Amino acid sequence: MTTNLRIAFLPLNDVAVLAAARERGFAEEEGLALDLLRTTSWATLRDRLVYGQVQAAHMLAPLAVAVTLGLSQQPAALAAPYKLGVNGNMLVMAKDFAAALDPDPASRIADPLAAAHDFAAAIGLWRRKPVIGVVHRFSSHALMLRYWLASAGVDPDRDVVLRVLPPSLTVEALHAGEIDGFIAGEPWGSAAVEAGLAETVAVGERIWQRGVEKVLAFRENWLEENPETVDRLLRALARAAVWCDDPENHEALAQLLADPRYLDQPGDLIRRGLSGQIVARAGEAPISHPDFMLFSREATPFPWRSQALWIYSQLVRWGMAEHSPENAAKAGRVFRPDVFRRALAGSDMPMPGASMKLEGALASPLAVGSRKGDLTLGPDRFFDGRVFDPERIEDYLAGFVQVR
Amino acid sequence: MRIVIIDDSGLRATVLEEGLREAGYDDIHIVPPRGAFVARLERMAPDVVLMDLGSPSRDTLEEMLTVSRALARPIAMFVDQSDEAMIGAAIDAGVSAYVVDGLRKERVKPVLELAVRRFNAFARIQAELDEARNALSDRKVIDRAKSILMAQRSLSEQEAYALLRSSAMNQGKKIVDVAQALITASDLLGGGL
Repeated sequence: MTTNLRIAFLPLNDVAVLAAARERGFAEEEGLALDLLRTTSWATLRDRLVYGQVQAAHMLAPLAVAVTLGLSQQPAALAAPYKLGVNGNMLVMAKDFAAALDPDPASRIADPLAAAHDFAAAIGLWRRKPVIGVVHRFSSHALMLRYWLASAGVDPDRDVVLRVLPPSLTVEALHAGEIDGFIAGEPWGSAAVEAGLAETVAVGERIWQRGVEKVLAFRENWLEENPETVDRLLRALARAAVWCDDPENHEALAQLLADPRYLDQPGDLIRRGLSGQIVARAGEAPISHPDFMLFSREATPFPWRSQALWIYSQLVRWGMAEHSPENAAKAGRVFRPDVFRRALAGSDMPMPGASMKLEGALASPLAVGSRKGDLTLGPDRFFDGRVFDPERIEDYLAGFVQVR
Repeated sequence: MRIVIIDDSGLRATVLEEGLREAGYDDIHIVPPRGAFVARLERMAPDVVLMDLGSPSRDTLEEMLTVSRALARPIAMFVDQSDEAMIGAAIDAGVSAYVVDGLRKERVKPVLELAVRRFNAFARIQAELDEARNALSDRKVIDRAKSILMAQRSLSEQEAYALLRSSAMNQGKKIVDVAQALITASDLLGGGL
C-alpha cells in the first residue's frame, strides 16, 4: 500500500535528496508517494509544518530549534531525525564592495580570518553601513555570518545591517541596490556572480568545514505516532543521498533540480554548487571545493545532538535565546539520532556509536567507532580553531570576546 | 482599528479592502511588498496586518516585527489555538494575519474570517478570468486554423470547422490542439496566413 506524504521545501540546491527520492524511484521502492510542495518563504514553510498542512519540511536547522524553543511565532515541538545536507552556503558581495578586499577571490576564500579583517576595514570605506542579506534570523547562514564577522571585531547588530529576505529574492534585491551582498544557499550566490552583480567573498565550508544546513523536520508528536512511515522515508532518503553524492550523477541531478517544479534556475548554475566548482567572479575559471556540499558520505545525514547544541549556543550568544538547562535540553532533543538509528539499522549506512561529539576538533579525516561499516569523519574545524564541547556550553560562550 | 494589507496583486487587495469597508472598517491601507515597505509599515503602526501566505516577503515582515523599536506594541501572528478550523481555513485560503499585542481575539476574528472569505472569492475570480482568457485565445487559434483551411482547400467556414472537429475526434485531441498543430505546420511550410 502506498503512503502519501506532503513535504514542503524552498527552491535551493539542498532539496536535492528529497527531489531525487521522488524522481529516481527511491521513495516508491519504500511504498511512499512524495508530494513536494514548493514554498517561497521560511515563515510559510514553518506554518505549513506547525499547523499540519504537511507532514515534514526541508527546514533550516536553527529554525527547527527556534520553533521548538518558542522563538518563532507559534511554539511547537519539532523533531529532526535526518540532515538533508552539510555545507553549501556562499557569501557574495557587490563588485564595488569586493574591490576593497583581497583582489584574488581564491585567497579570500582560502583564508576566512584574513578575509574577515579585510571585510572589517572595508566597512569603514563604504558609503554607509553595508546591508547584507540573510535568508532568516534563524538560519545557519546568519549564524555563520555573525560568527565570521565577530572574529574580526565586527558587531553584526551594530556595524552592518542584516536584512532578511528569502533566497529567491536575493539577486533581484542586489540588482536594485537594496542590499550590498548576501549569504544564501546555492544556486543563488552563483546566480548573482553569473549576472555580474557580485563576487564570492566566503564559502560556508571554509568557515565551518562541516556546517549543519537543512534538516528534515517533523512535528514531534506526528513523528512518534508514525514510526513506520518515518523509517521508510529515512531509508528512501539515505539511498537517494548516496545517488546525489556521486559525481557521476551531478549532471542529471542538476537537470532534475532545474525543473520549474523545483528551482526553475539554469542547470549549469545548479551544478556548480553540487560539484563544488565555484566561479567566484564572472568569466573566471572555477575554483574547486570538493567539500562544498555533502549529502551522504561521512554519515552526513546523522543528526549529531552536539550540532543542535552548537546552534543553541549561537542563539544564546546573540541574545536570541535565554540560556537555561531546560532550554539546552529542549534544543538538543530536536535532533533525533535514536530515530535515525532505528530507521537505518538494517541499511548500508555506517552508524556512529555516539550521539554527541566535539564539534570543530578534527583537522584531518578520522576513522571513528561505528556500530556497523567503516566510518571516517571528515575535517570539521571552524576557521578560528575553536572547539565546541557540548558538555561545556558556558565555557564555550565565555571564550568569545564580547564585541559589544 | 488600523488594518494594513500587504499585497502585490491590485485586484486581490481591492477585493479584500472592499469587503472590509462594507463591514464597517475604514482605516485600511494597502502596501505592496516592494522596496522599503517595511519602513512604511512601521510608520503606519497598524493593529492588524494581513498578508498573502504565498508572498515571499513574509520573512522580511516577521523580522521587522521581531526587531522593530518603532512599534509601540509587539505584533505577532494571530493564532487562536482554540479554533483549529479557523487556522486550517486561513492557511487553505492563503491568509496570514499579524495582530498587535493586546487586541482581543473577538475583535480580530471577524476580520480574519472576512479575509478568508475574500481571499477565496478572489481565487475563484482569478480562476474564472484565467478560464475566460484561455477560451478567448482558444477561439482565436481555431479561427486562424479555419482561415488557413478555407484558403488552402477552398472550404467554407462550416466545412473547415467540421474538418478540424473530425480530425480532433479521430486523434483523440482537443480541437484547439489540432488547430495549433495546423497553424505551426502552415507556418513551417510558409503558408503565410
